[in-house]
Amino acid sequence: MRELIYLTVALPLLGFLINGIFGNRIKNEKVIGLIGSSTIGISFIVTLLAFFETLSLPTDQRQLIVSLFTWLKVGGLDVSFAYQVDQLSLVMALIVTGVGFIIHVYSIGYMHGDKSFWRFFAYLNLFIFAMMNLILADNFVLLFLGWEGVGLCSYLLIGFWYDRRFEKSTTADAAKKAFIVNRIGDFGFLLGMFLIFLTFGSLNFNEVFSRANTFSVSTATYGFIALFLFIGATGKSAQIPLYVWLPDAMAGPTPVSALIHAATMVTAGVYMVARCSIIFASAPDIMMVVAIIGIMTSFFAATIGLVQNDIKKVLAYSTVSQLGYMFLAMGVGAFGAGIFHVMTHAFFKALLFLGAGSVIHAMHEEQDIQKYGGLKRYMPHTAITFLIAALAISGIPPLSGFFSKDEILWYSYSNFGIIFWLAGVITALMTAFYMFRLYFLTFEGKERFGHNKHPHESPKVMTVPLIVLAVLSVIGGFIGIPEVFSGEHGNQFHNWLSPIFADAERKIMQFGFHTHFAEILLMVISVLVAVASIFFARYVYLKSPIIAENFSKRFAGLHKTLWNKYYVDEFYDAVIVNPIVVVSKNVFWKFTDGKIIDGLNHFIANLLDSLGASLRKFQNGIAQFYALIMVFGIAITLFWIIMSF
Amino acid sequence: MNITIEYYMILSAFMFVVGIAGVLTRRNAIIVFMCIELMLNSANLTLVAFSSYLGSSVGQLFVFFVMTVAAAEAAVGLAIIIAIFRNKLTVNIDDINILKW
Repeated sequence: MRELIYLTVALPLLGFLINGIFGNRIKNEKVIGLIGSSTIGISFIVTLLAFFETLSLPTDQRQLIVSLFTWLKVGGLDVSFAYQVDQLSLVMALIVTGVGFIIHVYSIGYMHGDKSFWRFFAYLNLFIFAMMNLILADNFVLLFLGWEGVGLCSYLLIGFWYDRRFEKSTTADAAKKAFIVNRIGDFGFLLGMFLIFLTFGSLNFNEVFSRANTFSVSTATYGFIALFLFIGATGKSAQIPLYVWLPDAMAGPTPVSALIHAATMVTAGVYMVARCSIIFASAPDIMMVVAIIGIMTSFFAATIGLVQNDIKKVLAYSTVSQLGYMFLAMGVGAFGAGIFHVMTHAFFKALLFLGAGSVIHAMHEEQDIQKYGGLKRYMPHTAITFLIAALAISGIPPLSGFFSKDEILWYSYSNFGIIFWLAGVITALMTAFYMFRLYFLTFEGKERFGHNKHPHESPKVMTVPLIVLAVLSVIGGFIGIPEVFSGEHGNQFHNWLSPIFADAERKIMQFGFHTHFAEILLMVISVLVAVASIFFARYVYLKSPIIAENFSKRFAGLHKTLWNKYYVDEFYDAVIVNPIVVVSKNVFWKFTDGKIIDGLNHFIANLLDSLGASLRKFQNGIAQFYALIMVFGIAITLFWIIMSF
Repeated sequence: MNITIEYYMILSAFMFVVGIAGVLTRRNAIIVFMCIELMLNSANLTLVAFSSYLGSSVGQLFVFFVMTVAAAEAAVGLAIIIAIFRNKLTVNIDDINILKW
């Protein structure tokens, strides 16, 4: 099945074409939903079969390149449409097609009755197509094709309800913001690609990475390449300073938030860093930058999440925060742990978003958690699955989030020291707190909604995906049980990925020696912190809500800052957006365009106009005058001809 | 007295110039029209003269063409003049100067 991996790319494209071209005429939601979901479902099966086939092979035969055709061949540049099937791409492909399929099915219920049902599924399929290109690419150019493709789909889907209002403007503005911020990151990525081609003379992954092992390249060059690539990753994966688009991306339909802005697309940056691990490992300074950006993003996004009242906003900042964790893992050299967290996060964050979608659906598009409360009675399935996801993200054993998160924390401690670990644990504390604030305010306590709302459990087509994801969130972590528990076999997930990261891990500093006792101790501390945080949230939001009010009154300044997200959007508006707008308007538009370019055109037009004005005096309408001119003309011509003999 | 080709040429040129002068100076459309016929016929005279002078029949053939065209042109031209007269109640070409900017 490995040779057929291109099907996983071709089928979503086919689904996109069918739904995109004929969807308008099909009209039947069931048919459209079936086409949209089944293409992804079959892709998932193909990926799964390819995975098992790879699993049965010995380690050194697990990498396969499926070459389709040559795409670009110019000078030394040779780019083909070739897909790489290896341990890393298979893991990502399983996540994307698996979670993607579940969310497609869920969308059939969620988007029911939407006037552009077909357009939604066409875009979703296009997204999977682009994402699979990104993951399976065997060279940077094809990866970039997918990279831009998912950005485009993100734009299209954020602005899917382009006629709806979103906060102070419209969803179309949120879509534009996402696209433009991503473009800034993409610029860095492009520079990185140019520099790679300049340094290694190829853009093929295998060639570049093997040359990175053998060529003697200065650390500074590696540093620039890694930095540029990382700038690309900060755009796509919503890290400081380019994370601002992700919270606004919640303007899109909730399944989109689940699939693109939580589970898959935003992890593309993490995947790319992991894929280029050898380059990053060769630039220790940039690794440090990655780790610092990661932990800072993680920390600050979590603090913002503490006070937000929009259910999707909280989840959005939680996503930014968890992505920060993944970059922390990349930065400290725990590539396997980072990818592990990508996987578990895809399960529980998709589940959280789909649960939120179910709630929003039941509450008639209400998103303010202060206007929920006591929903557990009305929608038990949603409540229980949401609770499981919240426990998983809080890192409660033995749910999936515990394994991946603690592994990252452990590596940050053993590689980079106590500060990183501490920041990570505080973030975990805040994560547990805001997740359970969300849970308690939504599902427990008194009902705070009006009588005009009639919450109800969502249809099966929506709850079954929730349950599947809940099961995955529970058991997903067991494939990566840390060595300290599993004994001699070690961490299965790591063993699977280790050939990919072997070169990189050899290059970075040796892991410090730490006892198993320390590892278990740190684990216990972080779990205790999370549990305490959950009970604290329960106390604050269920028993005596007055505490929260008093607290926000006493620290009014801090609360206001967090509520306004540290005024980062305002800061960007004042420092970057407005100056660009003002300069564009007054200089580029009114002066350059208005005066110089238009001025030149007007000058030429006016010149011809005045010339014409004097010439048209000859057109006086008297036929005899014309005849006279003609006679003179003929006479002169004849005279000239005769004289020239 | 032998009538040489020059005589024909001079007569033809004279007729042609009279025609041109009429076309350029007269204001009555019918007269302008007749002057155009005069010019055509002066050209015919030239053609016939050269035909005889060169001993070739081509010139004479050509004259028939010119006469055919002149007849057709006369029919169309007169029709136009009548149409203009019906519209404007005049054939004075100073009053028919609508072809201007």
